[in-house]
Amino acid sequence: MYIYNQYDQRAVDERVAQFRDQTRRFLAGELSNDEFMTLRLMNGLYVQLHAPMLRVAIPYGLLSSRQMRMLAHIARKYDKGYGHFTTRQNIQYNWPRIEDAPDILADLASVQMHAIQTSGNCIRNVTSDPLAGAAADEIEDPRPYCEIIRQWSTFHPEFAYLPRKFKIAVTGASHDRAATLVHDIGLRLVRNNSGEVGFQVLVGGGLGRTPILAQTIRPFIEKEHLLSYLEAILRIYNLHGRRDNKYKARIKILVQSLGIERFREKVEAEWHKIKDQMQLDAREIERVKAFFAPLPYAPGAGDDREILVKAGTDAAFNRWLKYNVADHKVKGYRVVFIALKATGTPPGDITDIQMDAVAELADRYSFGLIRATHDQNLVLTDVKHSDLYTLWQALAAQELATPCIGTLADMICCPGSDFCELANASSIDVALMVQQRFEQLDYLYDLGELRLKMSGCMNGCGHHDIGHIGILGVDKKGEHWYQFSLGGFALNEGRLGERLGRSVPKAEVANTLEKLMCVYVDKRVEGERFVDTFNRIGIEPFKERVYETNH
Amino acid sequence: MKQIIKQRRIVDDHWTLVAPETEISSLPSGDIIVPLRLWQTHRSTLEQRSGKLGVCLTGDDDLEAIAAEVTRFPVIALSFPVFRDGRVYSFARQLRQQYGYRGEIRAVGEVLRDQLLYMERVGFDAFEVHPRQNIESALAAFDELTVKYQASSDEPRPLYQRY
Ligand code: HEM
Ligand code: SF4
Repeated sequence: MYIYNQYDQRAVDERVAQFRDQTRRFLAGELSNDEFMTLRLMNGLYVQLHAPMLRVAIPYGLLSSRQMRMLAHIARKYDKGYGHFTTRQNIQYNWPRIEDAPDILADLASVQMHAIQTSGNCIRNVTSDPLAGAAADEIEDPRPYCEIIRQWSTFHPEFAYLPRKFKIAVTGASHDRAATLVHDIGLRLVRNNSGEVGFQVLVGGGLGRTPILAQTIRPFIEKEHLLSYLEAILRIYNLHGRRDNKYKARIKILVQSLGIERFREKVEAEWHKIKDQMQLDAREIERVKAFFAPLPYAPGAGDDREILVKAGTDAAFNRWLKYNVADHKVKGYRVVFIALKATGTPPGDITDIQMDAVAELADRYSFGLIRATHDQNLVLTDVKHSDLYTLWQALAAQELATPCIGTLADMICCPGSDFCELANASSIDVALMVQQRFEQLDYLYDLGELRLKMSGCMNGCGHHDIGHIGILGVDKKGEHWYQFSLGGFALNEGRLGERLGRSVPKAEVANTLEKLMCVYVDKRVEGERFVDTFNRIGIEPFKERVYETNH
Repeated sequence: MKQIIKQRRIVDDHWTLVAPETEISSLPSGDIIVPLRLWQTHRSTLEQRSGKLGVCLTGDDDLEAIAAEVTRFPVIALSFPVFRDGRVYSFARQLRQQYGYRGEIRAVGEVLRDQLLYMERVGFDAFEVHPRQNIESALAAFDELTVKYQASSDEPRPLYQRY
């Protein structure tokens, strides 16, 4: 992974000192609430219902074991012993004190971490494919480019006061696992006709109140022009994005109102003015790439006979292998998902003890590296096949081996009204109700791959619009109701979910899901996933079943 | 006399910033910075005045409008109606890096200590610091972050080319 040099270290150290002084001035009454808000947001600090919330950046979702131990330490020392992994590959703490924030940031800086630009109207933490470097379908590892973008965007003086937040995602694989379609800018490493690798650039995607899928602004841009092209897009957005209404301030609204053609013209005109001055050196790309060189895999490793035997005899282990373990590009290695979805805990939550345990297991079995995913899970990407059984046992002892990846029980959800002051409805308790209802593993597995995503309000932090099933919390005269949508996804192509009909009260959420499942089980043909059946038969049968009156 | 920060020093300032709605008939004497609108509608009157002339733009204005004549202004002021209106950061960069403007770029409006550093990086070199802000203590802000990853008006090369 990328290792800080003296400049990177100085950058985060100076940032801590700067924020320490800003916090001091705020507490001394020298900075207004409004002024301090802007500054603290750019350091990841929100003020929420009960307490501040601190969002720590995990650049493109990659962590070392040492960093994970520091996250555990922070949870223990400054919070209530846990943290929450988000859909943007970051971690959030729900209970820090403002006064402690500078110390937390200093602790983070000591392990080459920070909370810079994890909030605020600036370029946010870059996200990527959680399987980067390990996946077999990769054209090129996206992480060096993520790191280059991280450095370019860090303290970018021109783009710190944008109309609204700005999210960039990068993927290097033929299967998009970074949801580039729902980002302000999506970058896909692609090969052009002459075999050269560059980027397809997508722009104007986003969820929230007005969910929109991104459009291609340029099918191919050479690597040396990556940063100049980003800069041109950002400048056009900074100059022309709406600032009168925060719901209309995202780049997606600008792209929609101009149309992609006119938006492209503006960007290209700007880009031609700057592209020669700001070429990205091939040497710099090589320098950063060296940090992501292939790991020292054991030569000639293959699949282990004993593990295959164990899989045949131990049903629980076999289930875990089937659901939580995926193929690796190197023979004899596997990708292991660590599910943060144990029944009874909010999706994405993890205790300090579990974090320490994951760090330990990463050291022992996966080169000391850990990834965070968009589905609020963790991954050890480089595990030897022969280690799978011992790893499984160790994970199971920490309740980190729930065999549910990709199933209904792997649902993602935002903090909702338990922590978020924008929420219309709770989401954590609904997630728990769903987990309980679908606890029966055989049933769960029979339902197959199913992406259930829930948000507590239309801001869409839980990505409900791109869930095979999306659940959105709405407020009805102070009561929590839930609106379902079906058929959404965002992979290489994408579609926003279609609204099922009127919302249901909280007590009906699990029943409603069950009815949807009944229709699916009834109508599916061999091998169809829920979303496939939905595509084939449309929404009507689901509507009829959920809203039928004679039951 | 009013004080501003100019190239990181506190100096006396003789320019008068003309308020947006001012009529051409009621301009003050001396060196003045006029809103773009006034320059566009009363150009010849303004050119006959004896004092020096600067122009002031906000993010609503079109920078292109003065593209051909930036060099005739010793001062171009860019206005922040609120500190988080970031449009004129882009103007400053375009002025320095695309229009080759070498004169003074002055930040006016809600100019606060915690934004000075980035303003300087994009090309501002003069700051009419907002009255509620202590101008002496604001000076410290310029040195808070010394690592400049990306090229900007103050630094033509990104960090990796400067190691
Ligand atoms: C608890 C405090 C939080 C607050 C106040 C908050 C606020 C918001 C708001 C206002 C939006 C809508 C932005 C727009 O449409 O322009 C949004 C979108 C989003 N947030 Fe959050 N959020 C919070 C927590 C989270 C969490 C925990 C996650 C991850 C699980 C998250 C990830 C996202 C994502 C992925 C989007 C939608 C994608 C997009 O930007 O278009 N947020 N958030
Ligand atoms: S979706 Fe709404 S309720 Fe949930 S975290 Fe985002 S803003 Fe809060």
